[in-house]
Amino acid sequence: MPAISLAKAPQPASTNPAQIRNFCIIAHIDHGKSTLADRMLGITEVVEARNMRAQYLDRMDIERERGITIKSQAVRLPWRSSIDGKEYILNMIDTPGHVDFTYEVSRSLAACEGAVLLVDCAQGIEAQTLANLYLAMENNLTIIPVLNKIDLPNAQPDKFAAELARLIGCQPEDCLRVSGKTGDGVAELLDQIVAQIPAPVGDPNAPARALIFDSVYDSYRGVVTYVRVVDGHLTPREQIQMFSTGVRHEALEVGVISPEPIASKGLGVGEVGYLITGVKDVRQSRVGDTITTYNNPTKEPLSGYKDPKPMVFSGLFPLDGADFPILREALDKLQLNDAALVYEPESSAALGFGFRCGFLGLLHMEIVRERLEREHKLNLISTAPNVVYNVTMDDGKVVRVTNPSEFPDGKVAAVLEPIVKSTILAPSEFIGTIMELCQDRRGILLGMDYISEDRVEIRYDLPLAEIVFDFFDQLKSRTKGYASLDYEEKGDAEGNLVKVDILLQGEAVDAFSAIVHRDKAYAYGVMMTGKLRELIPRQQFEVPIQAAIGARIIARESIRAIRKDVLAKCYGGDISRKRKLLEKQKEGKKRMKMVGRVEVPQEAFVAALATDADIEKIKAARKASQ
Amino acid sequence: MSLSFYVHIPYCIKRCGYCDFNTYTPSELQDGATLEVVSNDYIDAVLKELESTPKQIVPTIFFGGGTPSLLPAKDLGRVIQKISDRNGLTDNCEITLEANPDSVTSEKLEGYLEAGFNRISFGMQSAKPHVLAVLDRTHNPANVDKAVTMARAAGFKSISVDLIYGTPGESLNDWRHTLESALSLDIDHLSAYALIVETGTKLAAQIKRGDLEMPNDDLMAEMYLLIDPLCEAHGMSWYELSNWSKPGHECRHNIAYWKNQNWWGLGPGAHSHIDSKRFWNIKHPTTYKQKLFSGESVMAESEDLTPGQKRDEAIMLGIRMREGLSTSDLNPSQIQTLTSYGADGFLQLHKDRVQLTPTGRLIADRIVRELTF
Repeated sequence: MPAISLAKAPQPASTNPAQIRNFCIIAHIDHGKSTLADRMLGITEVVEARNMRAQYLDRMDIERERGITIKSQAVRLPWRSSIDGKEYILNMIDTPGHVDFTYEVSRSLAACEGAVLLVDCAQGIEAQTLANLYLAMENNLTIIPVLNKIDLPNAQPDKFAAELARLIGCQPEDCLRVSGKTGDGVAELLDQIVAQIPAPVGDPNAPARALIFDSVYDSYRGVVTYVRVVDGHLTPREQIQMFSTGVRHEALEVGVISPEPIASKGLGVGEVGYLITGVKDVRQSRVGDTITTYNNPTKEPLSGYKDPKPMVFSGLFPLDGADFPILREALDKLQLNDAALVYEPESSAALGFGFRCGFLGLLHMEIVRERLEREHKLNLISTAPNVVYNVTMDDGKVVRVTNPSEFPDGKVAAVLEPIVKSTILAPSEFIGTIMELCQDRRGILLGMDYISEDRVEIRYDLPLAEIVFDFFDQLKSRTKGYASLDYEEKGDAEGNLVKVDILLQGEAVDAFSAIVHRDKAYAYGVMMTGKLRELIPRQQFEVPIQAAIGARIIARESIRAIRKDVLAKCYGGDISRKRKLLEKQKEGKKRMKMVGRVEVPQEAFVAALATDADIEKIKAARKASQ
Repeated sequence: MSLSFYVHIPYCIKRCGYCDFNTYTPSELQDGATLEVVSNDYIDAVLKELESTPKQIVPTIFFGGGTPSLLPAKDLGRVIQKISDRNGLTDNCEITLEANPDSVTSEKLEGYLEAGFNRISFGMQSAKPHVLAVLDRTHNPANVDKAVTMARAAGFKSISVDLIYGTPGESLNDWRHTLESALSLDIDHLSAYALIVETGTKLAAQIKRGDLEMPNDDLMAEMYLLIDPLCEAHGMSWYELSNWSKPGHECRHNIAYWKNQNWWGLGPGAHSHIDSKRFWNIKHPTTYKQKLFSGESVMAESEDLTPGQKRDEAIMLGIRMREGLSTSDLNPSQIQTLTSYGADGFLQLHKDRVQLTPTGRLIADRIVRELTF
């Protein structure tokens, strides 16, 4: 058997770099990465057959009981090549699979010399996989194309082998064919990883330089930092230093994951493992930063470090105002594990106290929100997401706007908005509908290529604001779910943008203000005033609802005055019932917010601001409480 | 301290589609039974319940239902007699009978007068046959005129009719016609109620299915605003949100409810209010009878009103009346709220009283919510 027992395998800190292969698997979410990883754990025998379980590396909860949180960040797999019969150490490094985490992906890729490009041969490559593939190619990684799920009856390995070959410039027959499910071809894949991917190169005698490619907070151990040693070595009990901040820590423990954490004597050139210093906050151990030693620090950091920059902002408010302190605590806790999350308290006339939160993108926003709700049992309302604008005034002053209500009054000279370079992959029959959508969203076509006979890659520059506003849902529904999307930031560009205010009885309600393109201001105004007309109950006087750009009214609706709000009959037996009914209605009134003299139910704010999913949730909660 | 009595007669020949009152057709209670059979001992049961009531002098008695006029005058008379013997009646005691215009004859009416009744209220509902059909009422509109004439001839001093507006399919002109028909009768008092669709009724099911459509609130409001001027033209003024009368013909029994005086409801499902306590009887006539005859209490539930609830009820009920609220009972923030409604024409703020205007009466519940709870 080509497996080697851990005890007999080359040991951490004393493994010759020539025996090491560092690789990652680039795959779309359901293309079988976890199953393939399971299979690799099985045939390298780092997990005994009787302990094997599905998606072994994804089981956060189970691993947490062992006192350390692992999510397949990096697993050390000993393997004897059946080609040359020699022993090797394969380090499988995980890559986050989504558009928002391009930077994190790039750091994971930077820790590897090669990548397995895994594609489901019933579905073909997806836009995000393609984007990560390009990233890997930019990082000069050796790409091993692999078609997975060859056991499926609807597999089309020949078609997608041709597609992969065209993308990476190899021959279709170079694509390996495996089944993570049956294990077919997995041993050959490991052999090819050894054969094709170059061994890491570094100077063992130079000052230590290790790349942080992930950083995870664990409630038992504090922050667990995942590193790839480039030069020198890391040793337990040594004083280490973060290059970007200069902060010094003691390396309490250094080790490898195989796939349980195993403390080691250290990590040498080319090795991948973990480091524990006892810090409690991932922001002190940032992805992309360089770790060196305090006593012999490097002068040159590894390239590519960036501060995470929030791109999308949204207000998060507890449905029940009393939950505000719980939300604060939950965000504080989450930030320990999420260096990209930023937030500050915000109060809204409509939604009460909450937080303005900044995210890397929409998925990041969803993940944060889901974790807050699931792990902290919170019921949250999020306001429509918006991007960051830089507004230059006539007097030259520049205002950074993360919330439409901060948009300055007065003469605006220019408004800059973030632009992204987006890639859409779809069957060619949808080219027309995709281009229509992108044009409508102010896109600029960059190019289009056929990646196979009937699939195209379409590239557009799009304002990020257009993407955060239901672009993905629209794309999916207009292409029957076949299109996939990826995007990366491409700097700011000037846009013809205005702030549209919504006025109730002449009074602006800042929660409803939005920054939109001038050509779409009218449509937004009509949509929002119409929506509010439906949502705000009739008052005892007429309520005009207006949309305005500055002092100019662009749309108008009105809620007619209520005429009748009384029960005609009130005799002996009706009195208790009527009192109770009025008490109940009064309870409902407590959830009303006053805008001037207008009573607006909180639900109306929520329905006007929140996503469809929020509204479904509120309905479900209300139904359950009845 | 005085004590008014409500006497519930839980029987009808048939149930109307809009009605959710505690009433039964004889065959609902006992297979194939006649009214005589099931109500035979009902009056006995009521008299039994009467024994547990406070012995205070009685200013008003009101027989409602159901259809009290289904029962023979002598049976109802037994109740009046016993109350009179036990508690005593005030000199001008008001004793009202709710009557179906179809089920009265001159002889019966004379019998009721003899039994002690001096006020009668006919369920007219509408003068339009298509409206009556939706309400499931069977009477011929012309019978109301006959019944009122007979009642006057028999000697009733105070005659009232009940109307319902806002029935599906009823136009503003239909309603005007109904009002004018009612006001052309020789009556002293008029009650007009907006139709309320109660859950569980046949009407609610028809609306849910889409067979019938309720008129919108704007039409309901127009209908309500029609009543005041037409009544005034016939010498009747509003004295409670849904009630109009000639001077001196206000229903004193209902005023006792609205002024939170003491009143006791006899019969299944009937409510009572004694001092600061509200309570009500078990609903089903058969259980009601059985319990009384075995010496058990028929009270189903009760509630003791807190001082706050009493204050709120006083506002909720008082604001509906012509006298309105006394400003001395209101705090400055309540006065401020009322001032803003006053500015919009919903009420008049006098020196010591607050009185709703017709448009204000239409949103009385909204004003009450702002003042209380």
